[in-house]
Amino acid sequence: MNADTLLALVAGILGGALRVGGPFLFVSLGECITEKAGRINLGLEGVLVLSAMAAFGGAYLSGSVWTGVVVAMLAGAALAALHGALCSLPRVNDVATGIALMLLGMGLAFYLGKPLIQPQAPQLPAIELGNWSSSPAVKAALQINPLVPLGVLLAAALWWAFANTRLGLLVRMAGDSADAARALGYSVSAIRIAATAAGGMVAGLGGACLTLFYPGSWNEGISSGQGLIAVALVIFARWSPLRCVGAALLFGGAGAIGPALQSAGIGWGYHLFNIVPYVLTLLILVLSCRPGQLAKGAPGEFSAR
Amino acid sequence: MKQADVLLPVAAIAAALALFGLFVSFAGASPVEAWVILFKGAFGDWFSWQNTLQRAAPLMLTALCVALPARAGLTIIGGEGALVLGGLAAAGLAHALPLGGWSGSLLVCLAGAAAGAAWIALAGWLRQWRGVNETISSLLLAYVAIGLFKHLVEGPLRDPSSLNKPSTHALADSLRIAGIAGSDVHWGLVLGVLACVASALWLRWTPSGFSVRVVGGNLRAAQLVGLPAARLVLLACALGGAAAGLAGAVEVSAVHTSANASLIAGYGYAGILVAFIARQQPLAIVPVAILFGGFGAAGSLLQRRLGLPDASVLVLQGIAFVLVLASEALRDVDWKAVFARLRRFGPAPAPVTP
Repeated sequence: MNADTLLALVAGILGGALRVGGPFLFVSLGECITEKAGRINLGLEGVLVLSAMAAFGGAYLSGSVWTGVVVAMLAGAALAALHGALCSLPRVNDVATGIALMLLGMGLAFYLGKPLIQPQAPQLPAIELGNWSSSPAVKAALQINPLVPLGVLLAAALWWAFANTRLGLLVRMAGDSADAARALGYSVSAIRIAATAAGGMVAGLGGACLTLFYPGSWNEGISSGQGLIAVALVIFARWSPLRCVGAALLFGGAGAIGPALQSAGIGWGYHLFNIVPYVLTLLILVLSCRPGQLAKGAPGEFSAR
Repeated sequence: MKQADVLLPVAAIAAALALFGLFVSFAGASPVEAWVILFKGAFGDWFSWQNTLQRAAPLMLTALCVALPARAGLTIIGGEGALVLGGLAAAGLAHALPLGGWSGSLLVCLAGAAAGAAWIALAGWLRQWRGVNETISSLLLAYVAIGLFKHLVEGPLRDPSSLNKPSTHALADSLRIAGIAGSDVHWGLVLGVLACVASALWLRWTPSGFSVRVVGGNLRAAQLVGLPAARLVLLACALGGAAAGLAGAVEVSAVHTSANASLIAGYGYAGILVAFIARQQPLAIVPVAILFGGFGAAGSLLQRRLGLPDASVLVLQGIAFVLVLASEALRDVDWKAVFARLRRFGPAPAPVTP
């Protein structure tokens, strides 16, 4: 491997971290909002796939990529609101509902997305960061999704809002001590449903990243567990939006190793490199969790179950 | 078992079929026609029945992979991973050793079961040892298993003569599981039914099965009584994983005759559905698996007759799952009081004069 290939590989992994990390970032931010309010939404994998299809469909049918982004947010909010509403019924198991919505979201996406597999939809304009290099591989690798800087700003805004605004306090109260929220006269169900829907809306942006930037087309294999990894990421980031950014970049990089190696001409072990994000997630879960104890920073209500 | 235990899931599935009819009408097809085709494609003639039963066999086993750990209090959804590794182990063993006949088939199935058991027991162990949520870890392990499967099937274990579609070496003829009485329905269906019945008997009548149920019902009580909760949880996970691995071995031996990408058909995920609708009861898994095998079989007929994408069956399954879970909320409702109050809109009962 000469210096050029090595440079292309490194650029591929770095650029890939930003490219592949986009969906991770948005889904983990969305799950962060939901979990801070005291609810787990495992259905975000379904939300990711459905909003990816909705983004593609919206952009293709309207001709405008930003319409697609808005449609993705709405689709994500709708499916997540369904999860929130179901979980607020008595005796309904959160985890099972999440799995059900994952399957429903994927089923709906595959069904409605059948006519969208062939066509091309307008793509998000890329921010070129690689123009300093003469190598086309490096230039291609360092094209940044415009939604990603937006996501970083969103993470910062969420971090500030959780600590300094009334809404943020309400969400955290519903998650840390539902009794306190009820004592103050707030409906814990309403806060949780709203937080779940808001989380789904943010996760919808992740879906838009998938079909409107990279890989840039709709097909049934578009997401393979990214939504689920993002749920685990929130635990790794200890429920802090800013740490979610770092975690998403780390996992984006891990997920980009396989494709980067392939474009550098190394074909062996493609499938093995593609399972690196999952193994990394498992490792991180093993390191951050303790049996019988909540992870540090977890919303208090999670232990009350 | 109360009346509600049976009526609520049945009502939920009926409601799901109704909603599916509505959904289909948006696509321009007639709901009634869709229902008729669903029935015909699943249970209409002997050909449909064979298709249905062929699909029901692995579903029963992957549903056990969810139901048995659920009785121990865990929510494991990684059956797909256990299934593919089971299939791979079966194909691998069949190629590595010169096996044949009944004993060979038995060994091949055991290999598949062992691989699946180890995989799901890993998820259970992670939960016991490090407190890792087993739902997330089992699904992550499923993705890891699929990646390992693809790597091995396309690489070291690949049959050099399989060019278009990477597969392992085909199983010897004597190792393949035949159809019952020459039909397309293979003996794997009998294995599935036997596994469900055996699980039901184990849970109900044996000390270890009872202990597992106690652990699932109230962990603290189980620990206070001195039950080895960790080992029982691992046992339940291993048995569930063995069932899913057996499903993989059976699919390889009976249907595909070698391990390749067609093995990754979503039976693991459909099994989650079947287990939840059967309320984690192994005996109820048998009819529910046949019902959902029927839906799957009807999918291609829906596609051909009404032009609906084959994902429409996934939508039906998703709606059914959501409604069954929502129906749990209706479990505590006092139906007698509701009906009495409704009847009160009619003529009032005659007042009793003292």
